[in-house]
Amino acid sequence: MIDYEFFIDQSRCIGCQACVQACMECDTHRGRSMIHLEVIDRPVSTQTGPVVCMHCEDPVCAQVCPADAIKQTEDGIVHSSMKSRCIGCSNCVLACPFGVPRYVASIDQMMKCDMCFDRTSIGKKPMCATVCPSQALYFGPPAEIERIRRERPVNEFRFSQQVVKTKVNVMAGPETNVMDFDVLTFMSGGDDPMNDLIHLSVWTDHRV
Amino acid sequence: MAIPTLDETQFINKFGPHLNYEPPGGWQDQKPDKLVKTHCCFCGVQCGIQLKVKDNKVVGFEPWEEFPVNHGMLCPKGVKRYLQNEHPDRLLSPLIRDNNGFRPATWDEALNCTVHAIQRIQERYGRDAFAVLGGASMTNEKAYLLGKFARVALRTANIDYNGRLCMVSAGAANKMALGIDRAANPWSDIPLAKAIILSGTNLGECFPILTDYVWRARDNGAKIIVIDPRITPIARTADLFLPVKPGRDSALANGILHVMIERGWIDEGFIGCHTEGFDQVRELIGKYSPEFTEAITGVPAASIVRAAEIWGPAETSMLLHARGVEHQVKGVENCLSYINLVLASGRIGKPGCGYGTITGQGNGQGGREHGQRCNQLPGARDIENPEHRRFIADFWRVQEPDLPHTGLTACEIFNAIESGKIKGLLSISFNPLVSIPDANRTRAALEQLEFYGCIDFFLSESGRYADVVLAGSLQEEDEGTVTTGEGRCVRLRQSVSPPGDARLDWQIIADLATRLGAHDYFSYGTAEDIFLELSAATKGGIADYSGMTYSKIENNMGVFWPCPSPDHPGTPRLFEDGRFMHDDGRARFHACEYRPPAEDVDSEYPIFFTSGRVVSQYLSGNQTRRIGALVDQYPEPLCEMHPILAARVGVTQGDQVRVKTRRGEIVVPVQIVKTIRPDTVFVPYHWPGKKSANLLTNRALDPISKIPEYKVCACRVERA
Repeated sequence: MIDYEFFIDQSRCIGCQACVQACMECDTHRGRSMIHLEVIDRPVSTQTGPVVCMHCEDPVCAQVCPADAIKQTEDGIVHSSMKSRCIGCSNCVLACPFGVPRYVASIDQMMKCDMCFDRTSIGKKPMCATVCPSQALYFGPPAEIERIRRERPVNEFRFSQQVVKTKVNVMAGPETNVMDFDVLTFMSGGDDPMNDLIHLSVWTDHRV
Repeated sequence: MAIPTLDETQFINKFGPHLNYEPPGGWQDQKPDKLVKTHCCFCGVQCGIQLKVKDNKVVGFEPWEEFPVNHGMLCPKGVKRYLQNEHPDRLLSPLIRDNNGFRPATWDEALNCTVHAIQRIQERYGRDAFAVLGGASMTNEKAYLLGKFARVALRTANIDYNGRLCMVSAGAANKMALGIDRAANPWSDIPLAKAIILSGTNLGECFPILTDYVWRARDNGAKIIVIDPRITPIARTADLFLPVKPGRDSALANGILHVMIERGWIDEGFIGCHTEGFDQVRELIGKYSPEFTEAITGVPAASIVRAAEIWGPAETSMLLHARGVEHQVKGVENCLSYINLVLASGRIGKPGCGYGTITGQGNGQGGREHGQRCNQLPGARDIENPEHRRFIADFWRVQEPDLPHTGLTACEIFNAIESGKIKGLLSISFNPLVSIPDANRTRAALEQLEFYGCIDFFLSESGRYADVVLAGSLQEEDEGTVTTGEGRCVRLRQSVSPPGDARLDWQIIADLATRLGAHDYFSYGTAEDIFLELSAATKGGIADYSGMTYSKIENNMGVFWPCPSPDHPGTPRLFEDGRFMHDDGRARFHACEYRPPAEDVDSEYPIFFTSGRVVSQYLSGNQTRRIGALVDQYPEPLCEMHPILAARVGVTQGDQVRVKTRRGEIVVPVQIVKTIRPDTVFVPYHWPGKKSANLLTNRALDPISKIPEYKVCACRVERA
């Protein structure tokens, strides 16, 4: 399972939260889920997106940690903060470009997805990717995903000037090599008048 | 008069629903004593799952990746299902109603009390005045036993089950068109299809793991057509979405077939060799032009043409439907009209080619085959067929004339309680107060019963009306089999034994039979004894299980019926030889003229009301409303409403809205979304009491299948 990789395809997600519920059940998580399911804009769409840690090659969370509490192991997994070091400052929470780490007040510590280190280290798949009913979360060999999916994996992301390379892949269109995020454009997207045009073209018979 | 002696709050304090969040012993890492390979207790997909057991308690789960249907995948209900075990609300002994709710009773007292009531009512009012209601969550063994109990021990005609509220219209249509009530294909055919129609199925929320099958088809180049009044999660990225107006499905299917015929996208060779009745359909379809169909259905003519362009010439295809088209007074006609699309294409009985209803309940398939339906005997035999009657009468060693004939269906049983014809009721795994339409009438009917006995593991809202509650077993407490939505009979394993004084359901039924003097017919030592009897009883029937044994089912990870002999491998795909199950081997087209729903919108009630489910709850919620993390996911019913309608009603996000029909009203928060037709509101139905969607729904029945019209009625909405 050493060559297995993690792939996320948001277009497959049905928002069921099996990943969130199952993450809680992992032996080491003790009822706390490390995966977030983002509801993108429910008034407009049922689109949802599961967010696991992307396990950056050069993790920003670790760079900004003043207590050196976030460690990356040789296999590229970026771990939750070390209890003995974490000072609960939330620098990592603010710095992560994907919004992954969460500060847990009850234990005064940052916790995040560690790609089920306890499971993958004994040859099991991560819990979320095992249960995911739509396989929006997939864990397997890269050659296999290339064979079975139309989309192609991307693991390079550009946030304005910042380029982030990750261990986890996101499935994208066949022409995409890098995913570009212009945050300001996304933030203004909610008022896009096209939204209404799209929807009214679905409900043509909208006289009520 | 079965009137509860506590108010709602008192009942909730004593019997829940309380929310269970943690496994027994808390979240610390518990080394399980064993992992039990079994199945989820919820929907008709019956995902394989391993339950972690420690000290005779279920403490968690582990995915079962080897099981070939779900490969470890689970929905949130499956993930959290283990929390129903060791639940604080679990019934631990029989209960008898007193002035303070219920008091614990011994089994002797509770069973005798039940038997005396049965005998008194049957002596005074006749055998049929006592009715039995079963559930399609039960194993094949229990479904068989309950049917035999009603016919042999009680000799009442009036036994039916909650599958009547699920897919019986599809079952009837399947029998009429194809001669058999079973999905024609295994789900493994879905990824091989190049065109898929999903009609009236919120597949992503109700059968979540089948989503992967549909997406794999899309990976292989399939085009997906979704037909629904709401843009459900599976519809969001469909290639074509047909936003059908509630209650218009048969017209839409006719409209698509019209274009197929016009463009020559039909298989004349197949139609000629393997079917009957196409000429009548062709004649009827003539007027269902895209424009004519648009006027009825609200689906744009161009989209109807596009659907035919995708479906008509496809190389392979699967058509799947569920409750959306089935829960209507023309449920049978809707299904027949969709089957016409399949038969006209000639694409059935081959890899990647076929059709099926996606059965909703855990044992929705097996639960309807073994005799708990008012019109069926084991093996999906017809209770009015003289040969079938004789076979079962001989098998049971009873006189054929003593075998009751067709009884009343589930909703009709409640109508008959209202009219005073039925005086006593025994229910198991059925929560009619939440699940039967027009709940105010259901409540009044329960109050009118002279005796109500309820077998269940939690006290349901209906159970509060019971005179005697018999503490039964959870799915993981018994051995048995269920037959999944694809016709695969799978093995459930006992993980733990029932707690306290609770007993296995089948032992309770057998005990009642013994006390009614029918011991000789009900002496079983194990669930497997019942299975051996039921499989023998199905021999020669349509649903033939006679070649199955527990070990064969386990070794093969399920066996598809028909399986008529020990060396038979089972039948995953039907009709491979081009023969359908009618005597002449030919399938039947049925020409179904569109007719409107029983209650259409008008100036007084101008908005369509439709109901359905959410992913985190199951059926009447008697199990899932007790599991904390599932309740947190969707805590209470919301009324989905389009912003255009919301503006007219004058409500904004989160406001309370009153939804009112001719039968009742509810007040729930509004959820304003652009994913629903502007002329329709939707409320999920899993909740009881004042927020119960079934206070609103219409108990109008399909004339053939007697399924009620949950999916369309007329309402008004106003700010509350």
